Amino acid sequence: MSLFQEAALVAGKDLRIEARAKVIGQQIVPFGLIVLLLFAFALDPDRGVLQRVAPGLFWITVLLALLLGVSRSFAVEAENGARDALRMSGLDGSSIFLGKASALAVELLVFEALLTVGVVVLFDVRLASLPPLVVGTVFATVGLAATGTLYGVLAAGIRARETLVPVLLLPVVAPVLLGATRSWESSIDGVPGDAWPWVALLGIFAVLFVGIGMLAFGPLLEES
Amino acid sequence: MSAPGTDMVSDADPRSGERLMAPVARRIVGVLALVTLAALVIVGLWVAPPDEFQGDAQRLMYIHVPAAWLAYLAFGVTAVSSALYLWPRTRSLVWDRVAGASAELGVVFTALCLLLGSLWGRPVWGVWWAWDARLVTTAVLFFLYLGYLALRRVPATLDVRAKRCAIAALIAFIDVPIVHFSVTWWRTLHQEATVFNPELDAEIHGTMALALWIGVLAFTLLYVYLLDLRYRLEVLDEDRDERELEAAIADRVQGGPPRETVGASS
Amino acid sequence: MPLVVRLRSAVCLLGRFPALAGVDLDVAPGETVLLSGGNGAGKTTLLRLVAGLLPLHQGEGEVMGVNLAEDRRSHRSRVAFVAQDTGCYEDLTVRENLRFATRAAGGDDARVDEAIDALELGRLADVRHGKLSTGQRRRLALAVGIARRPDLYLLDEPHAGLDAPGRAYLDQVLARAAEEGRSVLIASHELEMVRPFASREVVLTNGQADGALDAAGSTPAPAPAEAAEAVEATTLEPTP
Repeated sequence: MSLFQEAALVAGKDLRIEARAKVIGQQIVPFGLIVLLLFAFALDPDRGVLQRVAPGLFWITVLLALLLGVSRSFAVEAENGARDALRMSGLDGSSIFLGKASALAVELLVFEALLTVGVVVLFDVRLASLPPLVVGTVFATVGLAATGTLYGVLAAGIRARETLVPVLLLPVVAPVLLGATRSWESSIDGVPGDAWPWVALLGIFAVLFVGIGMLAFGPLLEES
Repeated sequence: MSAPGTDMVSDADPRSGERLMAPVARRIVGVLALVTLAALVIVGLWVAPPDEFQGDAQRLMYIHVPAAWLAYLAFGVTAVSSALYLWPRTRSLVWDRVAGASAELGVVFTALCLLLGSLWGRPVWGVWWAWDARLVTTAVLFFLYLGYLALRRVPATLDVRAKRCAIAALIAFIDVPIVHFSVTWWRTLHQEATVFNPELDAEIHGTMALALWIGVLAFTLLYVYLLDLRYRLEVLDEDRDERELEAAIADRVQGGPPRETVGASS
Repeated sequence: MPLVVRLRSAVCLLGRFPALAGVDLDVAPGETVLLSGGNGAGKTTLLRLVAGLLPLHQGEGEVMGVNLAEDRRSHRSRVAFVAQDTGCYEDLTVRENLRFATRAAGGDDARVDEAIDALELGRLADVRHGKLSTGQRRRLALAVGIARRPDLYLLDEPHAGLDAPGRAYLDQVLARAAEEGRSVLIASHELEMVRPFASREVVLTNGQADGALDAAGSTPAPAPAEAAEAVEATTLEPTP
C-alpha cells in the first residue's frame, strides 16, 4: 500500500469510530457553544465588546476543542491494547500520522463550522470577506491537527498525559492563535489584504508541522 | 550473594561520559565565576554611574541582559545536544544529559530575566509588563521549555526519555523563530502606544558597557560550572538507578520460592 | 536452518522491574514451543519482547534474522501476536476490525472472509466489538492473528476464555503449523491442551527459562554468573 492509501485507511478508521461514538456531536460541539455563552456572560454583550473579540474567543474555543480532540484520538488507541496492535500492524509511522491528523482536522473543521454559526448568531458577527477567512481556517486547522497529533502520540503512554498535553501543546500553537485571529479580524473588517500575510504564515506552520509529524510520529509511537 | 551489584557499576562497566570536565577544571571555572561575579557587583553597583534617565533602576540591566543571553545560550545548547542525540552516529546519553541540564538552567535564567525585566519596567516604563515583542517571545519560550522539563520528569527508561525529550526539544526550538516572527509582526502591525523606547538602549556609558560585558562573562562561567555540576548529578542518579536495577535482577534470579510453579526445584 | 527466535541472557524491563532477568531461548522453524510457568514468571513479557514491542535492556535477541537491539520493527509484519487484549476498537464491528487489521498488514478482504468463516464469526460479523462476550472476543483476536498469515505465532494464553468453536480451531492452527512451516511460541496455563502439539516445553521461573536451548542447532551461551548460581540445573522431562 502507498503512503496515502495507508493514511486513508487510518483516517477512515478514526472517522468511522468518531461517527459511531458521536462524542463530537454530543459533547464537543455543545461544549464549544456553552463556552461562547459563558464568554457573553463574562463580557458585556451590549457594548460591542463581543463583536470585537469574537475572533479571539472563537480560536481560544477551537484550541480547547483541540485538546479534547487529541485526547479522544489517543483514548481510542488506548482501549483493548489497540496501540500495540497498531505498532504490530505493519503500517508506516508517517501514514498513521497523516491518517490520524487528517481525521482530527476533519473533526475540527466540522466543529469550527458549527462554532462559526454560533459566533455569527450569538455575537452578531458579519463575515465580510470569506476567501482569506476560509483558507486561513483550513491552514490553521491543519497546523493544529498536526501539532495535536504529534503531542498526542508523544504523551500517549504517559499517565499524566491529560495535563501534559496542554502544557506542551499550547505554547507551540501560539503562532496559530495569533495568525488565525488576525486573519479573521481582517476578514471581518473587510480588509482581506491584511489577512493574506497571516494566512501565509498559517500555511507555513501547517507544512512545517505536517513534515515534522511525519518524521517523528513513528519513533514516538515506538516509545509510547 | 552479599551486596549484590554494588561493585558492578564501578569496575565492571567503565562507562563513557562520566563527567564533562575534570574536577580540577570545574573548580577553576567555579572560582573564576565567583571572581567575575564579585567584579560585576563592584562595577555594577559602585563604579558604573547611575543612568541619566532611569537612575539606579538601570543597574538591573547588568544582570538582566546577561540572564537573557544565558537563556538563549542554554536553549541553543539544548537544541544542539538534542540533535546530536537523535543523529544515529553521535547518539549517546551524554547529549541527553547535557540537553536536560542546559534546559533547566535555561528555564531558571529565563525566569530571572523576565522577573528582573518586570522589576525594571515598573519604575522605568510605569508598568510591570508590556506587550513588547521581545518580552512576549521570551515568555512563550519560557513556557515551551517548562513543558520540556515536565516531560523530562515523566518516569521512563533512559533511552525512551532521551528520545522523547530530544524530539520535544527540537520541536520547541523550531517553533521559537515562528513565535518570534508572528509576535513581532503582530506588535508592529498594531501600533499601540508602546512605552518601550529602543533609544534607551542606545546610550551606553563606557563603564556601563564594561559592567555588561563582565556580567555576560560571569554568567557564562556560572553556566558552565552549573552545567557540569548538574550533569554530574544526573550521572549519579543514573548510577543509583542502575545499581538498584542490578540488585532487582539479582533478587529476581534468586527469587523466593516461586508461587504456583510447575516442577521447578528450589 | 537458522533459528526463528534466538535469545541469550535477555533482560527486559517493565518500568524498573526486570520482568525477564536473563533468558536464553531458541525456537527452530516449524517448531511449537510451550511456555509455562506461574503468574509473573515473565511469559507475556517474553512474547512482547519477541514481538518487538519491548526493548531489550541487556543480552542478545534475534527474531527471524533481525537483531532486536538494532531493529524492533522489520520482523513485525511476519509475526502475529495474539495478546490477552484483542487490540480492536470498541466502536467498530467484527468485520470492520478484521478488515482494518488485515488491510494494514497488506492482506485483502478474501482473507477477512476466510478468517470469519474459520472461526464461525459470520453471525457476529456486523456486531460491534463492545457488544461481544469474552469468548467471542478471544475468537476475534485469533481471527485477526490468522488473517495475517504469519511465519511466527506468538500466542498469549489463547485458551483462556476461549469458547468451544475457538478451541477447535486453535487445535487446527497448532496441528497445521509445523507442516505449513510456521513457528509457534505459546504461553499457556492449560498445559494438557497444548502438550500434544508442542515439540518442547520451556518453564519460566522468576524471569528465567529452563529447557530453552534444546532446539536443533542451538548452542548454549555462558549464562551470567548470577543466573548460573541461582538456578540449579532443573531437569525437565521433554514432552513427547
